[in-house]
Amino acid sequence: MIDFVGKKRWFFLASAIVTLVGIVCLAVFGLKAGTDFVGGTAITFHFSEPVEQSQLREEMTSLGYGGATIQNLGAPSGEGLFLVHLGEVSSAQADELAKALGGALGCEVTVEDFYSALPTVGMKTAQDAGIAVAIAAVAMLIYIAWAFRRMPNPFRWGTCAVIALVHDVFIVVAVFSILGWLAGVEIDALFITGLLAVVGYSINNTVVIFDRIRENTSKHISSDFAQTVNSSIVETLGRSLNTALTTLFVLVAMFLFGGATIHYFVLVLLLGVAIGIYTSICISGELLVVWEKREWGRLFSRVPVAR
Amino acid sequence: MPPSRDVFGRQGLTLGLDLKGGSYLVYQANLTGYAPADRKGVMDGMKAVIEKRVNALGITEPIVQVQNQGEEWAIAIQLPGISDVERAKELIGRVGILEFRAQNETGQWIPASGTVNGQDLTLTSRYLKGNTYVSVDQLGAPILIFEWDDTGRQLSEQITGRLIGKPLGIFLDGESLRGADGNPIAPIVKSVISDTGQIEGLSLKDAQDLSTTLNYGRLEVPLGHWEGTDGSAVFVPEAPLYEKTVGATLGADSIQKSLLAGEIGVVVLLLFMILYYRLPGVIACLSLGVYGTLMLAIFKLFAITLTLPGVAAFILSLGMAVDANVLIFERMKEELRAGRTAGAAVEAGFSRAWPAIRDSNITTFIACIVLFWFGGAMGAFMVRGFAITLFIGVALSMFTAIIVTRTFLRLIMVSRLASKPAAYGVSQ
Repeated sequence: MIDFVGKKRWFFLASAIVTLVGIVCLAVFGLKAGTDFVGGTAITFHFSEPVEQSQLREEMTSLGYGGATIQNLGAPSGEGLFLVHLGEVSSAQADELAKALGGALGCEVTVEDFYSALPTVGMKTAQDAGIAVAIAAVAMLIYIAWAFRRMPNPFRWGTCAVIALVHDVFIVVAVFSILGWLAGVEIDALFITGLLAVVGYSINNTVVIFDRIRENTSKHISSDFAQTVNSSIVETLGRSLNTALTTLFVLVAMFLFGGATIHYFVLVLLLGVAIGIYTSICISGELLVVWEKREWGRLFSRVPVAR
Repeated sequence: MPPSRDVFGRQGLTLGLDLKGGSYLVYQANLTGYAPADRKGVMDGMKAVIEKRVNALGITEPIVQVQNQGEEWAIAIQLPGISDVERAKELIGRVGILEFRAQNETGQWIPASGTVNGQDLTLTSRYLKGNTYVSVDQLGAPILIFEWDDTGRQLSEQITGRLIGKPLGIFLDGESLRGADGNPIAPIVKSVISDTGQIEGLSLKDAQDLSTTLNYGRLEVPLGHWEGTDGSAVFVPEAPLYEKTVGATLGADSIQKSLLAGEIGVVVLLLFMILYYRLPGVIACLSLGVYGTLMLAIFKLFAITLTLPGVAAFILSLGMAVDANVLIFERMKEELRAGRTAGAAVEAGFSRAWPAIRDSNITTFIACIVLFWFGGAMGAFMVRGFAITLFIGVALSMFTAIIVTRTFLRLIMVSRLASKPAAYGVSQ
């Protein structure tokens, strides 16, 4: 039997390191906010010939749009597809820009997609998103505490589940911070949708494991809570992995072969499901053990810290 | 194998804007001066006018909705398959008051007025009968023909009587009406205009749009957006708060690829289920087939809009449907290993797995509800589609796992194959 609970220090350490790296990334790179949040205009240009991103940037600069953000959406070979984020521009101006680019680059340019929003709308969307995640987390905490009300300290159960959840969401956000810096990937309303979907989905696993812990605790299979939790995790391992695998099959297929418009959205879901499985197996149950046995002190004493 | 191929056929499915291609516009309304109780009535009236205007553009299935958050009222317009957004925006954004003006001594244009029943009234489109139409003259140039009602006729006779030989200015929403050549339209009055009149010099599109505007009525309040914060907010008319256009080709390409990818993933999933769980795996596949068919039936029946994120939500909920089955089967395996008979293992599997299924799915429902609320924020109609799809998907997955799978399993209990643990992937 694999001792998940016994290895909890390693899991916590791994998570702590990743979280720290995530914080640094967010602090340094921030998030690349899309039109939904900062307002402005996002235009998708389709080119009938392949175009280099640097060429496009040069032309945009010479046309007076030097401050534009350009993202390569990846077109089939022999064509070009770019997402350009500008300040406020009308759709008539977008068409003119397409013509100008076409003339300068010697190919046919069409406006595939045009999206214009004002910053006030964006701020509201960002606020709503934050509130949405907070409300969802609190609501889930309360429900779990109620569902496990016959256990000792049900609120701890809810809190551990939610901590794991917040950890999942945070890592996904951090990954997109890196992607924003590396490839100009923007955060939009779809990203928030994906995050909320991750919130809904990843709590699933944790609850199933908790349910088994509850059952085993009632059956008093062991006097040591750590043992009980570990047995529960191992017993549900088959199910945890299978469920994650089955969902991942479909998501990976969609990520690799699916359309450009939901490419990064599927990535959010992919990351969320994968990390969610890890935290539900290796983090949530273990957190509960540490809390129940009040081992916080012992946890930190073993961490190599310069004294 | 479940009929997954043509069940994704597009007949009968309501597709979202991101799949059909089209434009999505949001305009705020300037309702200052209106009591809060009256505002909804005004907005509903405006919605009717805009619907008619948009329909006149020849767009199939446009959607016009009134949105409200606290003090703010807005109108959201979905225009699937539209090619000329600018024209639509012009048509939607204008208030639509046609005014006739005369020049005074200093050459300024002031509203032309007359007296009817002792009242001083200015001559505007308010007095037009709603049967304006566009025709062509002998040279093929478009002319806009209108007809006055009783009051309008009296005013028109008085005013044009005064202005014979002088120009009559035509103004739309305070600005001079411009012809196809770009010059303001202000014809010299040749004879008194009583019942019917005509306006020449407009381009065909402008004539048609003006006709639409005059026939379907003016907007009671101006549409545009607010700029600046609450205290010093300034209303900018005719410019939408929010505009998003999706090219139809991008949408079509995306949906093809994503559906194909989804189908590949699902096939792999089903193969895995059969390999790992054997007999129950096959039943799970049947159960999932029922699930998929029911989902699509519900979508078609209730005309729920399917968006691309909605497709992703469908996939996720498929994963949850699988999850519920997996929970039950893993439980069954445990019971079998513990030595129970196949029949008892099935029943025990279902009853023991239920609390886990119930609790985990309810937490997902909570996320759906929050998502639905978040989608209520302007411009996030795709989020709403996702939330609804996920909610229906999870609810349906619970149903198919508990009822459909159990029924299938009980049905096959009679065969001897079903009573061998090996059929469930358990070695003894």
